[in-house]
Amino acid sequence: MKKIIVYIFLIFITILCLAPFFWMVSASLMVSGQANTFPPRFFPDKITFAQYQNLFSRLNVMNYFLNSLIVSFSITVLSLFVNSMAGFAFAKYRFTGKKKLFKLLLSFMIIPSQVTMLPLFLMLKYMGLINTYLAVIIPGIASISGIFLIRQYLLAVPDSLIEAAKIDGASDFQIYYSIILPLAKPILITLAIFTFMTAWNDFLWPLIAMTSDSMYTLPVALANLMGEHSLDTELMMAGSVFTILPVLLFFLLLQKYYIKGIMMGAIKE
Amino acid sequence: MSNNKRFNISAAYFFLAPALVTIFIFFLVPVLAAFLISFTDFDIYSLGNFQYARFVGLRNYIQIFNDPLFWTSLKNTFYFVCVGGPLSIAVSLGAAMLVNSKLVKFSGFFRLVYFIPVVTSLVAVSIVWRFIYHPHFGMLNYFLRLIGIGGVDWLGDPHWAMPAIILMAVWKNFGYNMIIFIAGLQNIPEDLYEAASIEGASGWHQFKSITLPMLAPTTLFVAIITIIGYFQLFAEPYIMTQGGPLNSTLSIVLYMYQEGFRWWNMGYSAALAFILFFIILVVSLIQLKIKRESEV
Repeated sequence: MKKIIVYIFLIFITILCLAPFFWMVSASLMVSGQANTFPPRFFPDKITFAQYQNLFSRLNVMNYFLNSLIVSFSITVLSLFVNSMAGFAFAKYRFTGKKKLFKLLLSFMIIPSQVTMLPLFLMLKYMGLINTYLAVIIPGIASISGIFLIRQYLLAVPDSLIEAAKIDGASDFQIYYSIILPLAKPILITLAIFTFMTAWNDFLWPLIAMTSDSMYTLPVALANLMGEHSLDTELMMAGSVFTILPVLLFFLLLQKYYIKGIMMGAIKE
Repeated sequence: MSNNKRFNISAAYFFLAPALVTIFIFFLVPVLAAFLISFTDFDIYSLGNFQYARFVGLRNYIQIFNDPLFWTSLKNTFYFVCVGGPLSIAVSLGAAMLVNSKLVKFSGFFRLVYFIPVVTSLVAVSIVWRFIYHPHFGMLNYFLRLIGIGGVDWLGDPHWAMPAIILMAVWKNFGYNMIIFIAGLQNIPEDLYEAASIEGASGWHQFKSITLPMLAPTTLFVAIITIIGYFQLFAEPYIMTQGGPLNSTLSIVLYMYQEGFRWWNMGYSAALAFILFFIILVVSLIQLKIKRESEV
């Protein structure tokens, strides 16, 4: 009996979670106007891909897709290198002021990123970088929580491994590249997924930093489209599907690592 | 000797440099600059030539405290945080307990499905919900009518717009905290519950005297990250209501964005950003104090 109640709740929440997506996909396959009828329809009368064709041919959605891909991919790769190097240094080197520096960095995490946005905009404008990929990529590279997670992970790596490599004549960079990086692979995969999805879904900063239509990332382009086509429900739904789908597939493929990563962050606090 | 070699200091600086330099230039300097800008009248004219900006002391802050729109945005943001925050934490905990229940098979499936809204783009999801909330053609009102509740104009009515945004935010976010709660629940030793069952404690009693106290550290962590995140409300009202109707969903960050990047009142906007920072700082410190006291 109790078991049935638990399942009823679970299935009810499942439906609530999925229903908006179901309707989104369904409406994106309708002909224009059909989603705005009374009573509302759950299924298209006849499935049409006209909205998607419209997205690709007239609204140039591939361009935004590529922008999102370039930006998210660059942030992910660069931040993995930069943060793993810093995490390695904090975990395995001794230098004066290390603890203080690390604590200082952690205390920065309380500062909301919105505080930095105005001067960052002015700075990048002055450098001529506003409305370029770099304007979105550069501020996304160094991540304090990323450094923290990698450091925690590397603390468990025995020093003897590093010493042995030293005796064999390996340089510091060789040790980082051929011992530390492979050892840290699980945490790096988790961070990569995390970073990529955050960058893909990021909205406020790309909205500020990309000032011309051709440079928009998908979420910014979609928000902009909403301003112009707010009555064109079916088209907007197709745009939403197209924005959600890549990252959703990415998540479903790699969800094991992602969920583990959140649990790790939570336990470490 | 090997010890000396291992702790090669110049190598440490080499590994630290890229991260520290980027954090310094693209985070720390902007924070300090924002602080300075908040004491200037930096506006659209200063944008072309920075020298047009003048120091005006506390003028921006004084103006903000006399600005009814600021108080509205502050009130709305607190509404969102104080109602949406606890609601989302409660839903997360409830879902975590359901998924973690021993009675359930396929818990991995439910965990995965509940997490899907978390990974999707907030912009796309806000657009979808905008249509779901449509007073005539929206799915929500369709189902409400079936059970006899008259059509609410969710996003068009100043009383309902914020609850509608909260509802969507809870739907979007609860999966994240749920995962953290599941990790916390799995750390509670099973024999505590067994002992309680033998003594005849009811399910509710077990929840109150075992689950909640054992989860306290997790809950505090979840509360801090949720509240900090909720104070930064932006995309939902930007997409769904543009802050309306009658400014009932204007959040601090949305107001900051409008002042800074629509009207280019950057001095004023920077001051707003610092007030947000200050609020987040105070709230976090209060929560950490609670933590310290509960640990003593």
